[in-house]
Amino acid sequence: MTAGYIFSKVCARGGLNVFTATEYPSLIRGGHNIYHVRVEERELTSPIVLVDLLVALNKETIDLHKGELTHGGAIVYDEGTKLGEGEVRPDVLLYPIPLQKYAREIGEANVMMNSVALGASVALVDYDFDLLARVMRETFGGKKGEEIADANTKAARAGYDYIREHFKPTFGHRLRRVEALRRMLINGNEAMAIAAIRAGCKFFTAYPMTPISSLLQYMAANGRAYNIVVKQPEDEISVINTAAGASFAGARSMVATSGGGFSLMVEALGMIGGAEVPLVILEGQRPGPSTGMPTWTEQGDLKFVLSASQGEFPRVVIAPGDPAECFHTTMDAFNIADKYQLPVILVSDKYLAESARTMVPFDERGVGIERGAIATEDVLAATKDYRRYRPTDSGVSLRSLPGQRGGEHVATGEEHDEYGNLEEDAENRRRQMDKRMRKLEYVARELPEPKVYGAGDSDITIVGWGSTKGPILEAMRYLEADGIRARFLHLVYLSPFPAAKVAQVLDSSRASFMVENNKTAQMAGVIREYTGRKVQHNILKYDGRPFYPHEIYDAVRRTIHGH
Amino acid sequence: MVTKETFDTKLSPHWCPGCGDYGAWRATKMALASLGLEPHQVLIVSGIGNAGKMPHWVRTYGFHGLHGRPLPVAQGAKLANHELTVLVVGGDGDGYGEGMSHFIHACRRNSDMTYMILNNGVYALTTGQVSPTSEKGFVSKSTPEGSPETPINPLVLAIAAGATFVARGYTGKTEHLAKLIVEGVRHRGFAFLDVFQPCVVFNKVNTYKWYNERVYTLGKEYDPTDRARAFQKAYEWGDRIPLGVIYREEGKPTMEDETPQIAKGPLVRQPLKGIDIKPLMEQLL
Ligand SMILES: Cc1ncc(C[n+]2csc(CCOP(=O)(O)OP(=O)(O)O)c2C)c(N)n1
Repeated sequence: MTAGYIFSKVCARGGLNVFTATEYPSLIRGGHNIYHVRVEERELTSPIVLVDLLVALNKETIDLHKGELTHGGAIVYDEGTKLGEGEVRPDVLLYPIPLQKYAREIGEANVMMNSVALGASVALVDYDFDLLARVMRETFGGKKGEEIADANTKAARAGYDYIREHFKPTFGHRLRRVEALRRMLINGNEAMAIAAIRAGCKFFTAYPMTPISSLLQYMAANGRAYNIVVKQPEDEISVINTAAGASFAGARSMVATSGGGFSLMVEALGMIGGAEVPLVILEGQRPGPSTGMPTWTEQGDLKFVLSASQGEFPRVVIAPGDPAECFHTTMDAFNIADKYQLPVILVSDKYLAESARTMVPFDERGVGIERGAIATEDVLAATKDYRRYRPTDSGVSLRSLPGQRGGEHVATGEEHDEYGNLEEDAENRRRQMDKRMRKLEYVARELPEPKVYGAGDSDITIVGWGSTKGPILEAMRYLEADGIRARFLHLVYLSPFPAAKVAQVLDSSRASFMVENNKTAQMAGVIREYTGRKVQHNILKYDGRPFYPHEIYDAVRRTIHGH
Repeated sequence: MVTKETFDTKLSPHWCPGCGDYGAWRATKMALASLGLEPHQVLIVSGIGNAGKMPHWVRTYGFHGLHGRPLPVAQGAKLANHELTVLVVGGDGDGYGEGMSHFIHACRRNSDMTYMILNNGVYALTTGQVSPTSEKGFVSKSTPEGSPETPINPLVLAIAAGATFVARGYTGKTEHLAKLIVEGVRHRGFAFLDVFQPCVVFNKVNTYKWYNERVYTLGKEYDPTDRARAFQKAYEWGDRIPLGVIYREEGKPTMEDETPQIAKGPLVRQPLKGIDIKPLMEQLL
């Protein structure tokens, strides 16, 4: 996995655009692991299936992936691996090199093989070895890493030289350095973590679970430097209740989990809704039901997230589509949670959370911190009759924090009166319920509308939400090359649902396609529920893999052209 | 001057007449007054159950959360603002049933707070089912033929899990209980109080009379700092049942001590403006 990362970083450093995708089974070590790196000079938004250069550390890799090789593609593999007659297509170039031999000579064979292959790959694409050496030094670097870095660089050099000395430069794909803006190699988890830190998240709890574990680790690694309390409590029930306590006490708080952990959080989700405690919750989806396929991707939790927990309470649900959107919506999530004193759920998935891509550093202009109606002791002193849950026009009431004189009250998810006292009176129930739900009317007014990409005036509409954004955008380019001008309606702010905009776009569409990474077209159902409109065609994928652009392209083209 | 009445609320409790919860309620207010605390400095976190209603009737800050979950809420609040005095209150169903794992983990973290379980050996709010502390053979609505299970021993569990202050009180001895609460709050670390709380409606076994015939208060001769003896004491049950501080360990760092992020002041007072994420983005270039 590290080799794939290093190769990506080397390309990014050279000004190229990179999109990476990892596949690994739910095993600690071993099993079949893939690190797919896509490199181009133009901006990339999606992985693809095709492979130009396959680095195969074992025979199984060749067997599994030779069908993905492009015409004139190449395989780098160990010279000890014997390929039978006709086992690979004749147009595929073969580069058997002494991966194992060099690796064994230099150090720990298994690890070093990666580096020999890396060097060989860089030679094949005729790229800059010094850049590789530098990135290796940084990656393995540090005091203890010095030796490791040296050994790996040596191994890479051996692979590099071997290719140069033993093969003619027949491989058709060359990479060159280009002058470009400096770009980060960043995935969705990192983007959200950086946003949370920027937003002043001071309290973060999570229980490890793919695909959000790396977010927990990122926060933990930066907790000291940014003075953020990061804890891993005993279970997800504790994760959310602990964060609720911290948020109630006044700290901006966030939790992260996947579907299984979110299931455990569900009761507390309603509690914070009823008690009007702000909280940002990340639900990184993976295929269910139950533990399903732990290290793969799916968008199967949409309806669950939209309606989780008994009873009715206001919530906001946001599904960003790429790391830049992860950054901005996470910033937003903290502000919305505080301003409206409610839970905000961010929805991502394994694909978005863990696929790194190049992006220019985030634009922080216009990014602010709004904490909403939090009392001061002066205000409380001037308030004769402080009522934590006083109904207001917007439904938002002044929030006092424990420790503030004059703001004493009980926060509770049980039905209460304006003061927080338990109250089951019918009229009071209606008043408090209305007050809480009214907040959504105001939230809805400030949420950004869904964006329309591509040919805005087209009457062919592709609808997607969250992480399918990238593959859809690329599919639109293929369609356009084919003479099909389509537009793409991308839903990010999902609840409150942007019904008016969606209805308007669908009403002006001759053909509409719903693209979802799930079995039952959940968003299509939601659209139906809120707009009464039916998206005509469903393009669904639920095999644990993200969409590849050609799959969307094929499905749309077939429908439009009838073949 | 803070008095017991400082903590009165406009509303009065609506527990059943004779309920042990009244004793715990009075003891709590007495303790807070004698600690000289003002209402805004105190946070009472509770779960669901009759015992869990306590925060509504003591004028302080309160958080009345979910059944079994008050300890996580309390730990989060304490980490966010460690200047608060945090009390946690719940029933035996809440703490030893639904919330047992939180209890064990809170003990080992040694979070600086006082956890009081009002232990009536029965589920009262849900009108009379068996509880983890019901005695073997206890007949309840959900165990009409008598409970087949052995009750847990919360004191032993707490000591084993690393709590640094473990005590037993009795709502029939309000002043003694108030003193235990005071000691618990003064203790730096996780102070745990298992409190006998007769339920006059649903527990006809462990009545005031039953307790009065058995309980005795530990005297000066008992040394609660000896862990091995504390375990022995915690197992004492039958005709004589000890009340008082069973185990005490001073000097163990608290969860808050172990959290350097709050060494300079409460988390809630840290400025949020101008946090510089450029270095984080640089790292990814
Ligand atoms: C998740 C959940 N399960 C069950 C209940 C119903 N319930 C409310 S209180 C309670 C038990 C009450 O017993 P205890 O905690 O000992 O408190 P007591 O009423 O005896 O003071 C139960 C089971 C609930 N509120 N939430």
